Amino acid sequence: MRIGGSVNKPVNQKAWFFVLPVLVLVAFNAIVPLMTVVNYSVQETFGNNEFFWSGLIWFEEVLTSDRFHASLGRQLFFTFTILAIEVPLGVVIALAMPRKGFWVSVCLVLMAMPLLIPWNVVGSMWNIFGLPEIGLLGKTLNTLGFDYNYTRQPGDAWFTLILMDVWHWTSLVVLLAYAGLVSIPDAYYQAAKIDGASSWAVFRYIQLPKMKRVLTIAILLRFMDSFNIYTEPSVLTGGGPGNSTTLLSIDLVKIALGQFDLGPAAAMSLVYFLVILLTSWIFYTIMTRDEEN
Amino acid sequence: MKRFSWLIPTLYIIFLMLPIYWLISMSFKTTNEILGSFTLWPREFTLENYQTIFTDPTWYNGYINSILYVSINTVLSVAVALPAAYAFSRYRFLGDKHLFFWLLTNRMAPAAVFALPFFQLYSAVGIFDTHLAVALAHTLFNIPLAVWILEGFMSGVPRQLDETAYIDGYSFPEFFVRIFIPTISAGIGVAAFFCFMFSWVELLLAKTLTAVAAKPIAATMTKTASSSGYELGLLAAAGTLTIIPGAIVIWFVRNYIAKGFALGRV
Repeated sequence: MRIGGSVNKPVNQKAWFFVLPVLVLVAFNAIVPLMTVVNYSVQETFGNNEFFWSGLIWFEEVLTSDRFHASLGRQLFFTFTILAIEVPLGVVIALAMPRKGFWVSVCLVLMAMPLLIPWNVVGSMWNIFGLPEIGLLGKTLNTLGFDYNYTRQPGDAWFTLILMDVWHWTSLVVLLAYAGLVSIPDAYYQAAKIDGASSWAVFRYIQLPKMKRVLTIAILLRFMDSFNIYTEPSVLTGGGPGNSTTLLSIDLVKIALGQFDLGPAAAMSLVYFLVILLTSWIFYTIMTRDEEN
Repeated sequence: MKRFSWLIPTLYIIFLMLPIYWLISMSFKTTNEILGSFTLWPREFTLENYQTIFTDPTWYNGYINSILYVSINTVLSVAVALPAAYAFSRYRFLGDKHLFFWLLTNRMAPAAVFALPFFQLYSAVGIFDTHLAVALAHTLFNIPLAVWILEGFMSGVPRQLDETAYIDGYSFPEFFVRIFIPTISAGIGVAAFFCFMFSWVELLLAKTLTAVAAKPIAATMTKTASSSGYELGLLAAAGTLTIIPGAIVIWFVRNYIAKGFALGRV
């Protein structure tokens, strides 16, 4: 994440011309819609396209509403649970993978499959897979004596949701961690062998430091994407049963496109965006500082 | 312990394949069989679901639309990201770090936040329901990612390459196209792979920005799921077909995925 490979890059303001196309495109896409959101967040409407300045009441409403706190709580629970499962699991799988030969390609291709399936198909797939009467997972669990029904019981809905995300995204961590591992020169392992290092020591002092950068990328990507997750849970459970799996995005879409409450939805969007931004910024700063030392 | 280490990836891959198998097996079943009984493989094997998709234009046009906007998006994202990534990897300039972080923040923007404003903006400029609209909207998260990946690869290429080329009398565009781009082709492959991937799998923006003419396959699916009741076989067949383009793309870049990341600054 450090910008540029070498510290002593020349200063050249003309470099701005190279960045210009990106800047124009992203600004068109990011700033205009963002300003629209800001605009809505401070106005009140009674229909007929008439808007009135309303100050910060929507922000107050959002920040003090139980509904927002509940979705934020569920969102945080979801994000930290999947990070706690996917990152260690991904590292273990990457460590156990073969390093050379035909099986590497087979493993990589099969593991990357879930990453390239459209998100609504992932949702539908797990929806069907988990159905108690006709789905393989649901039927198996029920045959084994578990009373499993994800459309009725909140606990089962959460179980399915988390299992689905682990299924969907662990491979990303595996691919990144694996790329870190194959970049370690053989000489390191030979030196460790001569020193008689245990496999734990090899992991702790050779493999883990080498994977640090890719793992940071993996964690950052998984954090941002799991916080933004919408399509998969909305197809799988639709936020239910009740509101038990209503994550932030689902709640937001319900308010904005379902009830068309633009003011509160816009204020909530901004608060939501700021939470992601702040967390990622803290993360980014810590990482950059680490590299400078 | 080493001897059994193959077990872990094997079990993991079996876990990954089970839901996919269930989807594919269901796509060959009749509706009667799906709803009436629990069978591990299709007993009354049928191709009817696929036949419907390949003969009904609302279905197969969905695939064509999706592939079109994903391709436009991939080409566009990589093309504009190349010079930007070069600037970030080779020079320092006013505000470079802030700009880089600002670009990344767009990768964090929840699509749910932008769906409605995007709809209004794209309607206002008159490109609502075109492939270009979806391709442009997806650049919001794909350009930052492409810049990020390419910048990593370019920083792995020593500056001496640039300097030698200038001494040999290459102009900058000549150097960039003839020498630099071939050098980082692996990076371009990885960046294109990720752009393809994130554009192909996204639904919320693609659905919001299209109505008829550019409607993606994913939207056709959700509509079918809700309107015609429970045609699970058809839905499963459509889902199975969406896996195929991804599988083809992975097969082409399989060597880059592992080596690719490593070549950057891991």
